[in-house]
Amino acid sequence: MRIAVASGKGGTGKTTIATSLALAVEGRLVLFLDCDVEAPNAHLTLKPNFVLHQPVHRLVPRVDEVRCTGCGHCAEVCRYHAIAVIGSKVLVFPELCHGCGSCVTNCPEAALSEYGRLLGVLEAGSTPTGITFIRGVLEIGEPSATPVIRQLKKWAVTPEICPQVSTSETVEIRDAPPGTSCPVVETLRGADFALLVSEPTPFGLHDLRLIVELVREMNIPAGVVVNRDMTSDGMLERFCVDAELPILMRIPLERDIGQALAAGKPLITVRPAYTAAFRDLFERIQQLESRSIVV
Amino acid sequence: MRIAITSSGPDLDASFDPRFGRAAYFIVFDEETDTWQSYTNPAMDAPGGAGVQAAQFIANQGVTAVISGDFGPNAYRALSAAGLAMYLAPRGEVPSVRQLLHQYRAGNLEPVAGPTQRGHHGSVKGGR
Repeated sequence: MRIAVASGKGGTGKTTIATSLALAVEGRLVLFLDCDVEAPNAHLTLKPNFVLHQPVHRLVPRVDEVRCTGCGHCAEVCRYHAIAVIGSKVLVFPELCHGCGSCVTNCPEAALSEYGRLLGVLEAGSTPTGITFIRGVLEIGEPSATPVIRQLKKWAVTPEICPQVSTSETVEIRDAPPGTSCPVVETLRGADFALLVSEPTPFGLHDLRLIVELVREMNIPAGVVVNRDMTSDGMLERFCVDAELPILMRIPLERDIGQALAAGKPLITVRPAYTAAFRDLFERIQQLESRSIVV
Repeated sequence: MRIAITSSGPDLDASFDPRFGRAAYFIVFDEETDTWQSYTNPAMDAPGGAGVQAAQFIANQGVTAVISGDFGPNAYRALSAAGLAMYLAPRGEVPSVRQLLHQYRAGNLEPVAGPTQRGHHGSVKGGR
C-alpha cells in the first residue's frame, strides 16, 4: 500500500498528517519517504537516526577541446539547450542537462564523455518506534529535484532498505513536495492513493483544484483532509461534493496544536485521541483504494 | 557594429521587450549600413534553456552588442563566451526600439558586468 500525501498549496499540513499516519498504523512495516527533497522536514517529527547515505548522480557531458572541431552537432540534438556551440567554442550548462546522452552519441569526433554530477544524497535510518525512514536531500543550487525523488523511490524497494517482505504487508507513506509540477508528479507516480491535505481558505481551495486535476489525470484514487478547520464559507466542502471527493478527516485550527508541531511533536502525541482517528483514516484509505480497483 | 535589441514587435517602433531569452523578436541594427532587420526569437517558447538558445542564435547573426532588460546567468555566460557586449535598458521604462537605439548611440546605456538576475529555471507556471 503506497499512500502519497500531497496538497498543491504549501504549508497546509502534509507532513503533520503524513507523520501521524505513519505513527498510528499498527502491525505493519511502515516505510516513510520524505520526497520533499528541496526542503525535507519530516525527520524533525519522526526523529530517525540516519545510518545509510547514498549519493545521486546524473551523467553530464564534458568536452575534450583537443578533439572538438566545433561542428555543433551536440548543440543541435540537445532538447534542453544544455550545450551551446558559439563560434567554435563548446559551452556546457550542466544544470540544464537532463542526462540523456544524445550529445555524446552524436559527436562525430568522440570529443564528449560523461561524468557523474552530484545532484543530492539519499539517507535512511529507523525511528524510535521502528518506522523505516528514508529521505532525499537536493544539493543547494541544484534545480532538478525529480531525479533525486526517482532514485529515492527505487532505493526504497531494494533489500538494503526494505527486507524480504512482500509489498502488500508494507505501508509506504510518501510526503510530497508542494505544488503540482514534476517533483509532485514523480512522488505520485506508482502511488495507490493520494491523501490531499487542504485548508478552508481561497488559496487552499485554488491549489486543491489543481492537485485534484493532477491525480484524476494520473488515475489515482484520492480523499481530502481538511486541516486548520475553522468556520468557513463552505466553498471547500461544496467543491469536494461536486468533485465526488470524500473528506476523510478534519483537524481544527487550535493554537496548542501549532505550538506542539513547531516543537517537533507529532499531532497524535499532543492529541492522543487522534490515534484512533488516524487508524480509521487508514482503514478508509484501504477501502477506497480497493473499491477503485474493482471499478 | 551590429546591435541586437529585444523587442515585442518586428519593427523599430515596437516597444522594447525587457526579457532576453523569451523576447518575441530581436531587432538587429547595422551601424555601418544604417539598416536593420528583425528576427523572431527561436527560443521564445523553449521549455527550458531559452537564454542559452537565444544567445547562440544572436551570436550566429554576427551581432556584437545586445541591449535588453535583464541577462540571466546562462545567457550571460553564453553571450560573454561569444564576446558580445551587453547593455541594460533603463529600468521601469518601456521605450520603443528606436528610442533605445538613440540612447545607445548617445552612450547613455549601462554596460553589464555580470548576470542581472538569478535565472528562471524551476519557476514553473502553476507550481509553488
